[in-house]
Amino acid sequence: MLEVKNLNVSIGGRKILNDFNLTVQDGEVAAIMGPNGTGKSTLSYVIAGRKDYTVESGEVFLNGVNLLELEPDVRAAKGLFLAFQYPLEIPGVATMTFLKAALNAQRKQRGEEELSTPDFMKRVKESADKLGIKSDMLKRALNVGFSGGEKKRMDILQMALLQPSFGILDETDSGLDIDALRVVADGVNSLRSEKRGFLVITHYQRLLDYIVPDTVHVMAQGQIVRTGGKELALELEKSGYREYVTEQAVA
Amino acid sequence: MSAQIIPTRTSAETALAEAFGAAKSTLPGGADVIKLREDSFAVFHEAGLPHRRVEAWHYTDLRALMRDALPIVAAPTAAAIEALGKEFAAPGAPSQRLVLVDGVFAPQLSDALPAGVTVRSLADVLTEGRADLIALLSGQGLGAQDPIVSLNAALMQDGVVIEVAPGISVVEPINLIYATASSTPAARFSRSLVVVGAGASIRLAESSHGAGARVGQTYGCLIFSVGDEAKVDHSAMVTQTLPGSVRLETFIAHLGAKVKFDSFALIAGAGLVRRQIFLRFEGADSEGSLRGVSLLRGREHADTTLFVEHAAPGCTGREIFKYILDEEATGVFQGKIHVAPLAQKTDGRMLSKALLLSDTVAMNNKPELEIFADDVACGHGATCGGLNVDQLFYLQARGLPFAEAEALLLEAFAAELVDEIGHEGLIEAFRSEVSAWLSARVPARVEA
Repeated sequence: MLEVKNLNVSIGGRKILNDFNLTVQDGEVAAIMGPNGTGKSTLSYVIAGRKDYTVESGEVFLNGVNLLELEPDVRAAKGLFLAFQYPLEIPGVATMTFLKAALNAQRKQRGEEELSTPDFMKRVKESADKLGIKSDMLKRALNVGFSGGEKKRMDILQMALLQPSFGILDETDSGLDIDALRVVADGVNSLRSEKRGFLVITHYQRLLDYIVPDTVHVMAQGQIVRTGGKELALELEKSGYREYVTEQAVA
Repeated sequence: MSAQIIPTRTSAETALAEAFGAAKSTLPGGADVIKLREDSFAVFHEAGLPHRRVEAWHYTDLRALMRDALPIVAAPTAAAIEALGKEFAAPGAPSQRLVLVDGVFAPQLSDALPAGVTVRSLADVLTEGRADLIALLSGQGLGAQDPIVSLNAALMQDGVVIEVAPGISVVEPINLIYATASSTPAARFSRSLVVVGAGASIRLAESSHGAGARVGQTYGCLIFSVGDEAKVDHSAMVTQTLPGSVRLETFIAHLGAKVKFDSFALIAGAGLVRRQIFLRFEGADSEGSLRGVSLLRGREHADTTLFVEHAAPGCTGREIFKYILDEEATGVFQGKIHVAPLAQKTDGRMLSKALLLSDTVAMNNKPELEIFADDVACGHGATCGGLNVDQLFYLQARGLPFAEAEALLLEAFAAELVDEIGHEGLIEAFRSEVSAWLSARVPARVEA
C-alpha cells in the first residue's frame, strides 16, 4: 500500500506539490490525470527519490515504511518501481549486465542470495518473450538505439524481473504508437495482482482503455482535486481539464 | 639595445648530451645511421627538453617535470633473459610475441611469426643499412621537428622491424612486449618499424611485462608504413607505470590508399605519460581511427597530442579520446587536423571527452583544425563534466547503490571505446585493466 500524506514539495522556491494526499491499496490501479505542469512527474520523482526537489513536509509510506528517509536504491529494494517517461540510454552498459546488477543489488539489500546465472537467464528470457523483446536487443547497450516503444518495453521487462510491490508508470504512453501501447499495457496487466498496486500517471484517457484503473484522480496545482471511478477518465476526455485549472486559480 | 640570450642547460639536458657523446660510437648503424643520429641529436640539442613555451608541449613542461636524465640502461644479462624466459613459458603468456628486454630485441623470448611476416632487430637493420628501411625509420618528416622524437632517433638502441608481405593476413595479434631486466631505474630508447604490404592485414598489440618496464624513463617510437588497401589494427596498453616514471611514446603512421587503420591506447598508471601521434594520409580514400582512454588519479599526468595530416583526398579520420580524472590528476589532449589543399572530400572528426571526478583535477584541451581545401567536412569537440545525473538516478531507481551506479557508468564511459577494438581477447584484457583501475578507486562519496 502506498500512502502519501500532506506532502509539500518545491523546487527552487517554487511550490509544486501542495499538501498532497493519496492512498493506493494493494491490488488497486489508481490513475492520476491532469494538465501539464501540475506536478504529476514531480510526484513520481519524489516518491522514487530524486534529489532535485525540496521536500518541505509530509510523508510517503510504502507498506508502512517511510520512503523519504531512504536512498533511491533502498526504496527500489523495498519494492518501489518507477517506469520512466523517457528511459535513459546508457552507452557502454550491456543490457544483461545492468539487469543482473539491478536484480542482485536489490536481493543483496534484502539479504537474499544472488541469483545464479542460469536462473537469471531463464527469468529474463521468459519475460522478454512475453514482451516481444528479441535477444539482439538484450545484447545491445542499455536502451541505446532503441525506439520509444522498445525503451518502454525494456522498462516493463525490468519491472517484470524485479517484481516490485508497487509500480509507478510515469506517462508510459508518451511516444508510443497504438501497437506498442498495447504490448506495454499487456505487460503491465500481466503484473497486476492482489498484492501489487499501481499508480498510472497520464495526460490522456487512451492508456486507460488498455490499463483499466480502479480509481481515477484528477490533479491540478499540486493537489488531487477530484476522485472517481474509471468513468471519470472518459468524462475528462470530453470536457478537458479547463474547469479544474480555473477552479484552482479562483480558489 | 639587445638582450643577449645565454642558453642554460638543465642537468637533464647536459646528462643527455653526455650520454649521446659516450654512446654514439657503440650504438648500431653505419655511416648513414651515424649521420641520422647526429642530425637528430642536433635538433634535440638546439631545442633542449621541451617546455611550456613550445606550443606542442605547452601543458607538459618536460624541462620542469623531468629534472634528471637517467643513465642509459645496460644490456640485459643472459641470466635475466633466462628468468624472463621462465615467466613467458607460464600458461597464459601471450602467443605470437616479440619481446624487447630493456629496449633490446630478445629473439630467444620471441615466437616465430606466420609465413609472410619477417622480423629482425632494429640493430641488424641499421647495421645492414638498407636505405629504404632506414628512410622509413627516420619517420620521413613526421615528428622530425619534435625534440623527443629526435632524441629517440639519436639514441635508438634497438627494437624490431616487422615486414608483412603483400596480401598476407594475420588475424591473431602480434604481441610486442616491452620487458625489463634492469632492477634500477634507467633510460631506454627503442624504435620499431612495421611495414605492411599492400592488401595485407595485421593486428599489433603493444604491452609491458613486469614492474621493471614500468619505472625509469622510456622513450619509445613505433612507426607504421601501411601499403595500399591494407588493414591494420593496433592497440597499446600503457598501464601500471610506477610513481616517478616518465614514458614518452611516439606513434607514427604513414597510410597509403584505401587503407583501414585503427588504433586504440589505454593509459593508466602513475608518473608522467606523453603519447604523441603523427598520422599522415598519403593515399586517397583511406580510413583512420585513433582512440584512447586515460584513467588518472593521484598527481598523475597524461598527455595525448596528435597531429593528423590529410595529404590525399577522400580520407576519413576519426579521433576520439576519453579521460577520467580523479583526485589531483592532470589530463592533456591536443589534436590538430591539417587538411592540405589537394585533400578534397576529407571527412575529419575529432572529439575529446573528460569526466572530472574531483574539484582538484585539471583537463587541458586544445583541438585545432587547419584546412586548406574547400570541400571538406571537419569538426572537433571537447567536453568536460561530471557523470550524467539522470543516468545515475535511473540506475539507482533500479536498485543499484550510488557507488555501484557510479562505477558502472565510469566503466561504461571507458569501455565504450575498448569494445571497438574488434578482438575478444584484447577487449577482455583492456576491460580488466579498466576494472582494476576502477576497483582501486577510493569509495565514492554519497551523492550530494
